[in-house]
Amino acid sequence: MNQMAGNIFLEGTPDTSAYMIAGFAVIFGFMLVYVVSLAVRKRRLSREEEMLKELEEGEKK
Amino acid sequence: MLTVLDILSVVLLAAATGLVFLYAPVEINMGLVQKVFYFHVACNWVGMLGFVASAAAGVAYLVTKNLKWDVIELAGVEIGMVFMVIGIITGSIWARPIWNTWWTWDPRLTTVTIMELAYAAYLMLRNGIDEPERRARFGAIYAIIAVLSVPLTFLSIRFFRTIHPVLIGSSDPSAQGAFDMSPKMLQTFMFSLVTFTLIFATLFWHRIRLGMLAERVELAKLKRGDQ
Repeated sequence: MNQMAGNIFLEGTPDTSAYMIAGFAVIFGFMLVYVVSLAVRKRRLSREEEMLKELEEGEKK
Repeated sequence: MLTVLDILSVVLLAAATGLVFLYAPVEINMGLVQKVFYFHVACNWVGMLGFVASAAAGVAYLVTKNLKWDVIELAGVEIGMVFMVIGIITGSIWARPIWNTWWTWDPRLTTVTIMELAYAAYLMLRNGIDEPERRARFGAIYAIIAVLSVPLTFLSIRFFRTIHPVLIGSSDPSAQGAFDMSPKMLQTFMFSLVTFTLIFATLFWHRIRLGMLAERVELAKLKRGDQ
C-alpha cells in the first residue's frame, strides 16, 4: 500500500527509511564515482603528456 | 586555491549532511524519505547551473573563437548531466512511497528527461566530429539551443497541471508530497544549496583543468601526426 495512503488510516509517520538510505546512497555514490573518474582521467592524460614530451625530447637529441 | 575549494567542499558537504540528519525535523507525512529532498533539489540546481554555464561558454566561443570556451562548455555539460541524473534518480526514489510509483509522465519528469536526452545528444554530436574548430562551433550552437530546456523544465510545474510539488510559489492542487517548510527545514535547504553551488564551482574548475590537459595532449598528438 502507498506509504502516504497508509498514513491516512494508521496514525503516525510512515517508515520510509529504506528509500532515504537508497536516495543518499545514489547521491554520494554517483558523486564519488564522478570524482574518481576525474582523477583517473587526469592521471591517464598526465602520463600521456609526459610520454609525448619524452618522445619529442628524444627526437631532438 | 583549488585545494582550499576541495577542502571547503568536503567540510560543507559534511556539515550539510549533519544538518539534514541532525538538525532538520522529520516531516510527519512523508517520514525520513523527505530528507532526500534537500540534496535532490540541490543536485538539480547544480545540473541547471552546468547547462546555463555551457550556453554562456558557447556564446563566448562564437564571439571569440577561442577554444578554451569549448573546454568550459563541455565541462558545464558533463557536470550538469551527472547531477541531473542524480536528481532524476533521487526524485524517482522519493516518488515511490509518496506517489506510489517510481515514474510517471508528469510535465516535470517529461521535461527533465527531454533536457537530459538533449545533452546526451550533445555529447554524441561532439564525439562524431574530429576537427576541433568545427566541433567547437557545432557544440556552441547546440549548447545555446539546448539551454532552452532549462527554463522549460523549471517552469513546467508552474505552467502545467502537475502532481510534482512546487517549492517556490504555490503547488498545483493536484500536487502530491507538497509540504510547508519549517524554519529549520528552510535553513537546511538554503545551506544545502550553498554547499552544492560550491561543489559545482570546485568540480567545474577541476573539469576545466582536465579539459585543458586533454586539449594539450590532443594538440601534441596532432602535431606529431603532421610531422
